[in-house]
Amino acid sequence: MARQQTVRRRASKPGPALQHGKYTFIVVFLAVPVAIYGLFVVSPYLQAIYFSLTDWTGLTATQEFVGFDNYVKLFGDEQFLVALKNNVILLLVVPAVTVLLGLFFASMLSVGRRGRSGIEGVRGSGVYKVVYFFPQVLSVAIVGVLFKYVFAPTEAGGIINGGLRAIGLDQLAVAWLGDPNFAFWCVVLVMIWSFVGFYVVLFSAAMQSIPKEIYEAALLDGASRYTTFLRVTLPLVWDTVQVGWVYLAIQAMDAFAFVHIMLGISGGPSRSGDVLGIALYRGAFSDYRFGYASAIGVVMLVLTLVVAVLFLRIARRERVELS
Amino acid sequence: MTTTIERPSSATPAPRRQQPGVGAGAGALNLLNGTFLLFWGLLTALPLLWAIVSAFKTNTEFVSNPWGLPSVPRLDNFARAWDAANVGQYFLNSVIVCVISVPLTMVLGAMAAYVLSRYEFFGNRIIYFGFVGGLIFPVFLALVPLFFVVRNLGNVPVVGEYLGLNSLVTLALVYVAFSMPFTVFFLTAFFRTQPTSIAEAAIVDGCSHFGLFFRVMLPMAKPGLISIGLFNVLGHWNQYVLPVLLVDDVEKRVLAQGLARLAASQGYRADWTALFAGLVIALLPVLIVYILFQKQVQAGLTAGVLK
Repeated sequence: MARQQTVRRRASKPGPALQHGKYTFIVVFLAVPVAIYGLFVVSPYLQAIYFSLTDWTGLTATQEFVGFDNYVKLFGDEQFLVALKNNVILLLVVPAVTVLLGLFFASMLSVGRRGRSGIEGVRGSGVYKVVYFFPQVLSVAIVGVLFKYVFAPTEAGGIINGGLRAIGLDQLAVAWLGDPNFAFWCVVLVMIWSFVGFYVVLFSAAMQSIPKEIYEAALLDGASRYTTFLRVTLPLVWDTVQVGWVYLAIQAMDAFAFVHIMLGISGGPSRSGDVLGIALYRGAFSDYRFGYASAIGVVMLVLTLVVAVLFLRIARRERVELS
Repeated sequence: MTTTIERPSSATPAPRRQQPGVGAGAGALNLLNGTFLLFWGLLTALPLLWAIVSAFKTNTEFVSNPWGLPSVPRLDNFARAWDAANVGQYFLNSVIVCVISVPLTMVLGAMAAYVLSRYEFFGNRIIYFGFVGGLIFPVFLALVPLFFVVRNLGNVPVVGEYLGLNSLVTLALVYVAFSMPFTVFFLTAFFRTQPTSIAEAAIVDGCSHFGLFFRVMLPMAKPGLISIGLFNVLGHWNQYVLPVLLVDDVEKRVLAQGLARLAASQGYRADWTALFAGLVIALLPVLIVYILFQKQVQAGLTAGVLK
């Protein structure tokens, strides 16, 4: 912090040479980025908030200002409530499971082995990290298409059902993506599958920066693995976990591509796998209710803000300084 | 506690020395942990291997023998995917969009970040928070108005025919705009850590503001630019919702979107292996970039979260 301030103070007191032509330079450099950003990002966001207060259907040139009517309608719309419920499940389940698995695997990989030379990562941890991380670099579309076929019925080459039938468990081979009880949970599983590796790498990077002496001390004091993890590792990587959690919650809000590809724009069987992004897209570009769809967007924004603020509040703990 | 803390000498092989804290079950626990790790590794790798193997099968083999290997590798699947299923065109479109969008994001992002981090002027903070504030806004909120903004761009005289919907140039510009918050945020932090003395020396030597940026600051910011560049390459290559919104023309679809549409239409066409060949075509460049630069990719992407 202190260093940043010094740097900025220095930057703010340039010599006479730096003053020359300063404003031309600033305007030239900022004009294009600000224009593109304003046109494609800022103006749509502002318009969306305004649209959400109108009854615009896209067919009429003008729109009527209806105040909070769209929001009142939203909470009486059962399909919206299904989507909202699914988003809340995503917000809670995906980050929780991903962070737990991530921490578990990361601690295995970086401090999991208690060998002769003290605490170290398991053998081949480098290879594991490369493999685990791989889903992260794949397009969500590729992952979605791939798992659409992993979960597909046997007639369409689905390997899960193919495998279940091969070992004689025919009754377990259900239409995973065609059954309202399973469809959404398949999406949840796929999202966790594709997110975990990233957090394993993130957390192991944090764990590797913990000095080995601390672990040796814990070992000497006879701490079990579980205690070591809870009392040493976790507090020292807590900052990273916290940031990772918020980032995951924001990632999980955007289940659009997964649901769109695996279940379709209607949100799967009986629309059971609907999420807010899909509901918004359908409301706008299938039903042409642009005002209503924008209101869903505002709900998404509020949800994101609430999650970020709440989590940062709750998770704030005493910082553990290493140095 | 009667624990002896003696260093195991390399000459005499230490005979199963009981370490403090290492219980009798340590070996079993190590094994259990190893099993978990291996299990997740297989869970990650197997679907991908399945996709690659499936791309070489016939459609009959794909359905009747999902776990088996192909009798002969069918390379014609790839030809069918590339031509008949249009994956070649999609691939080219994705390349075109990224070739425009990534360098433009880097240049514009670096310019904005540099000015915002190094120059004090009225409105600096407002513009900075305007950019960074975009990080918290869900892209979905912008979808409806964005569609109309882009559609109306098509009516602008002269340049209108190159912009508007179904235009790869507009799609690239929209990518640039939506990448600005993170790029500016990341690079601003990066430029702030650069020493000011070099900039001052350059100015004393008669360097202009423009020369200072292009000849001194940009080369110095190379590590930061590489991280954020990899981040943007992957982000733009894998983008899904924006092309779905802005591009509908079959000839203009990008790879991610095209494959998803192809998968959606397989219900009645049932040419699965061509689809999987398409998946492999889409997967390979990313796989190669990742394997070659795995350290940088991992560092670049995780640094993104930590900053």
